Amino acid sequence: MPGIERDEVLHVARLARLELNDAEVMRFQEQLSAILEAVARVSELDLSDVPPTAHPLDLENAWAEDEPRPCLPAGEVFANAPDRDGDYFRTPPA
Amino acid sequence: MIDTLTLTAERAEELVRGGELSSDELFAAYLDAIGARDPELHAYLHVCAPDGGGGIPIALKDVIGTKGVPTTAGSKILESYVPVYDSTVAARCKAHGLRLLGKTNTDEFAMGSSTENSAYGPTHNPWDPSRVPGGSGGGSAAAVTAGLAPWALGSDTGGSIKQPSALCGNVGLRPTYGTVSRYGIVAFASSLDQVGPVARTVRDCAYLYSIIAGRDENDLTTVDAPSVELPAADDLRGMRVGVPRELNDAEGIEPGVRDAVRAAVDRCDALGAAVEECSLPRSVDYGLACYYLVAPAEASSNLARYDGVRYGLRADGADFREMVMHTRHDGLGDEPKRRIMLGTYALSAGYYDAYYGKAQQVRTVIKREHDELFERFDVLLSPTSPTVAFPLGARADNPLAMYLSDLLTIPSCMAGLPGLNIPCGLSEGLPVGLQLVGPQLSENVLFRVGHALEQALGFDVVPERYRR
Repeated sequence: MPGIERDEVLHVARLARLELNDAEVMRFQEQLSAILEAVARVSELDLSDVPPTAHPLDLENAWAEDEPRPCLPAGEVFANAPDRDGDYFRTPPA
Repeated sequence: MIDTLTLTAERAEELVRGGELSSDELFAAYLDAIGARDPELHAYLHVCAPDGGGGIPIALKDVIGTKGVPTTAGSKILESYVPVYDSTVAARCKAHGLRLLGKTNTDEFAMGSSTENSAYGPTHNPWDPSRVPGGSGGGSAAAVTAGLAPWALGSDTGGSIKQPSALCGNVGLRPTYGTVSRYGIVAFASSLDQVGPVARTVRDCAYLYSIIAGRDENDLTTVDAPSVELPAADDLRGMRVGVPRELNDAEGIEPGVRDAVRAAVDRCDALGAAVEECSLPRSVDYGLACYYLVAPAEASSNLARYDGVRYGLRADGADFREMVMHTRHDGLGDEPKRRIMLGTYALSAGYYDAYYGKAQQVRTVIKREHDELFERFDVLLSPTSPTVAFPLGARADNPLAMYLSDLLTIPSCMAGLPGLNIPCGLSEGLPVGLQLVGPQLSENVLFRVGHALEQALGFDVVPERYRR
């Protein structure tokens, strides 16, 4: 299982919306292969009866009061926007 | 003359409250120290002008959102980002009268163990500037050790508070998961990220923790923490100290580190604690693998927000998809890219069960092993870092070697446990860090043990080259 093919690197990069040049593909293929080899050892253990842990605290139903509160004014929401069209974020066409 | 290298936050606050020193004079003394020593160290990414508050200063790691003050997370993709609201921890510091000195350097998105992954250049270790300060919170740790702040906040996902504190020779707490709000913090791995204090003494560390801890309605993973007791006792009578074999004899622990920690173990015994060897058979062997699946998986999801639409960098692109891909290519460094890809791979169809699913089960194993030990022990003791501060560049081209820096801090992070680093001696002229880990919400026990050991060991936190 360990090791990752060039096509898989490109596939994962596409899924993650990362543009990679050829040098980066080669570098990441080598590094990710070494890392995957190291982390694959989690499959060595017999874990058949062990439940998964997603979160370290035993928290259940943390409720908040359902009360309306003021939100940020539009001027602040757009303060860091790269581009804006009125009260919309403007982007290149999809 | 204020000596910022030796002044504790506790003492500084006394002086300001008693009118012996004004808040402005104190702030100016730290700005002077920054002017004198930070050009060499580069602990700060942004230094503030005095603004509001009547108390003592604080530095915040640059992943902590601060209204009106740049917050870059060490990344080019957030170079121009100025938050329009305060994180809860920044707001709590302000409410206590603390004044923001500046934002400290960090590995990009807190991903790293040396601060070399910062897009703005590395921080240098105050004990030896040719060496790293640790990471990701190397900026906060170096600032405190070099007297560029009385105390600071860091954030810790797998060791980013404790390991830099170990390498810089100060006190750092990773609190119990959920006791400190993550609202307004730049997210890395949400089931692991915790904000915590960095200080020169255990008492300062405990005091700063008391200012930031507690439930926050803006972060529903938070819980109320027990009231903080500032430690005063000099003995360890009644304390049961466990010394896990795997954390103390792991391959790669330097002999000088082992010796300093063994001397501290003997000291526990002399102070009246019951010390006994114990075992974490799988937590250390499988902890790193577990972490490097869970944390990147969560990171791949958290970092999806950097798309050039609402804030941060936007690169050119003929259409939306191209713009997003160019933005992420140009704005993110190699380490975030590696972890995003690793996480995306571990979560992708066909690999989820083998990687992410297994890692979540291993996390249960790690938690159970620790739970069992805490039926017999109040605290577990080990080195924090296998090595002292290493030279800049030594691990920069080898991600796996860098990941091993956190071998000893990661297991307790996976279990959501609090951990305290205190300096326990020198090896080759560089600080050695001692890690104390307790059960969830046991911060007061860690402070008590840490304080008693700190008093008994008498470590001088001022780097030798700064002593007068």
